[in-house]
Amino acid sequence: MSVRRHNVHLLGIEGMQPNDITPFLDLAESYALLSRSRNAPRDILQGRTVINLFFENSTRTRTSFELAGKRLGADVVNMSVSTSSVSKGETLLDTAATLNAMHCDLLVVRHDQSGAPSLLSQKVEASVVNAGDGMHEHPTQALLDALTIRRHFNRLDGLTIAICGDVSHSRVARSNIHLLRAMGSKIRLVGPPTLLPSAFAKMEGVTLYHDMDKALKGVDVAMCLRVQRERMGSGLVPSAREYFSLFGLDRRRLSLAKSHALVMHPGPMNRGIEIASDVADSPQSVISEQVEMGVAVRMAVLDRLSRMQSPS
Amino acid sequence: MTSLVFENVRLIDPASGRDTPGRLVVQNGKIAGYDTHEAPKGAQIIDGQGAVLCPGLVDMRVSLGEPGTEYRENIHSGAQAAVAGGITSLAVLPDTDPSIDTPALVHYITKRGEETNMVSLHPYGALTRHCAGKEMAEIGLLKQAGAVAFSDGARAISDAKQMRNLLAYSRFLDALIVLHPEEPTLARGGCATGSELAVRLGLPQIPAAAEAMMVARDLRLAEMTGARIHFAHISTGEALDLIRQAKAKNIRVTCDTAPPYFSMTEDAIGDFRTYAKLSPPLREEHDRQAVLAALADGTIDVIASDHVPADADDKRLPFAHARAGGTGLATLLGVTLEANLPLIEALRLLTSAPAQLLGLEAGTLAIGKKADLCLFDPEAKWTVTAGSMPGLAQNTPFDGRVLKGKVLRTFHRGREVYTAPHLLKDAH
Repeated sequence: MSVRRHNVHLLGIEGMQPNDITPFLDLAESYALLSRSRNAPRDILQGRTVINLFFENSTRTRTSFELAGKRLGADVVNMSVSTSSVSKGETLLDTAATLNAMHCDLLVVRHDQSGAPSLLSQKVEASVVNAGDGMHEHPTQALLDALTIRRHFNRLDGLTIAICGDVSHSRVARSNIHLLRAMGSKIRLVGPPTLLPSAFAKMEGVTLYHDMDKALKGVDVAMCLRVQRERMGSGLVPSAREYFSLFGLDRRRLSLAKSHALVMHPGPMNRGIEIASDVADSPQSVISEQVEMGVAVRMAVLDRLSRMQSPS
Repeated sequence: MTSLVFENVRLIDPASGRDTPGRLVVQNGKIAGYDTHEAPKGAQIIDGQGAVLCPGLVDMRVSLGEPGTEYRENIHSGAQAAVAGGITSLAVLPDTDPSIDTPALVHYITKRGEETNMVSLHPYGALTRHCAGKEMAEIGLLKQAGAVAFSDGARAISDAKQMRNLLAYSRFLDALIVLHPEEPTLARGGCATGSELAVRLGLPQIPAAAEAMMVARDLRLAEMTGARIHFAHISTGEALDLIRQAKAKNIRVTCDTAPPYFSMTEDAIGDFRTYAKLSPPLREEHDRQAVLAALADGTIDVIASDHVPADADDKRLPFAHARAGGTGLATLLGVTLEANLPLIEALRLLTSAPAQLLGLEAGTLAIGKKADLCLFDPEAKWTVTAGSMPGLAQNTPFDGRVLKGKVLRTFHRGREVYTAPHLLKDAH
């Protein structure tokens, strides 16, 4: 057995305080500017190896991490492992052993099971970044959403943010709820009862709605969640058209929010199901900016975790 | 056969209500007498130094990996864990591979138990073939072969009509039907109790109501058929309320719980700790309190370990994929002593109560009965340490817990089958 390094991981937002969160956002802000001027420092992660270990398909998130690592000069390797073809658990720990042997420094993990990155973090020597686990958390998405919001309002406290749609199955929603609550925003969750666990109502600063119009009234941000097509007609929601009719973000509903309200979506979008096309493409939409901030946030995360690593 | 004299012990025999300092004499593997009874010639004298001497514990819900998954636990290793916990009689569940659904397999389990020379093993018979919840198993033949009760182990029977038939049929045989009360279609895919914690962790849930729903259905069917039913490992207050009401109506129902349900809550699964993944799942604090209250008011008839062995690979998985269940043999006594019950009452739930329910000659200090005995120090503390527990399986949910109540010696039919390590050292 090799000597274990006790590294810092980013497994979730839950439990993070403003002074844990703000440094990520500040550093990401500076990386956003450097990326725009094409002046990212290419030597920050020189000689470091970043492995993107994806047990679930995701072109966007993987590309975003890949770009972030490369912009900082790291060696970035993508590993895609299909969970369906191999027996689930063995792969995870066998993979951990493989990665240790490869001396990977930063490990970006996506998995369809809640808690899988946490399990992996106990077995690998690298710092683990959770790139989405089951229905649990997606911390870099929450950081990039917060950065996008902060750039427009210059603050996160005192804002009212509606998170709309399939909260139940959404790791994006969970991470955003934890982060935005910690930073002092008020959160409204809206969706049909089958996609909105009532347990969220027990959290301070969180209010539940089943009426989209009421939920959007006077909000600063309308954040849509992707609703999986397979939920339609599955016993959770009767049909896509009923869903859009009751919970889709369209122009009329958006007009109920504050006039400066932002429209956000983690992507990929189902136009005409959770969001109307004209809203997605409207001047209030910051969906492209979210993608841009995604790279900056992931640069900041890789950079900070690598600095926080104890020497091997 | 050697004779034994226990001097200076606190004799606790819940069956007779005895709780007195005194002396016990064992001859020919049987309890021969008490205080003034003459010591047989050449008898071994054991000075209990004030420790409690009670009947060997009777554990009515144990899974061992044999036959089929001996890498997790086998009958021999399970017996070792049992005697280290003061247990001398075990009822073992039939959902093995193959399931205990033929008389030959009932005989096989009984024989394998005898071969351990440590414990009495009492097989459950399968309630349905292969414990698959469909065709009725040969309950009559299994009972003749020695099955003490009937169960499908950790599986519930989904089909209400089939359940009604099983209960109706079991009645003329006076068979005890032991049920895992969980509405399977509501629990489907779930791995944590329905709660805020599970929502935050993003884990699929089994609502507490899944237990009450199944209890309600089966109580109603028991009332219709007059069958004798027993609900295993009750974990929720709502189910206990239903059982309490049913008992008041004289429906023939009993139930047990397992130590995790009165000594732990769902908080133990935080950070996806798979060793605390159990079936039924650990519940919220109000349910834990309800289980304690039901132990105190007698609604719960028995405490059983619900020992479910797993190996490291079963547990080193993402939470939803990990095997549910924890070991419980070695910790049964210690955790039960934390339940705020009078000592004799706690021991009753571990000895005479399960023995009477299953019709076993065990759990008693009556003269002439087999000398299955447990000598323990109720004040001595020890630390539960996964990795160095007796037996093969190490998946204890109580890892790190300091327990009060240490087994010193265990006797099966008058033969010493367990001696605490520190006593062995003293001898040398």
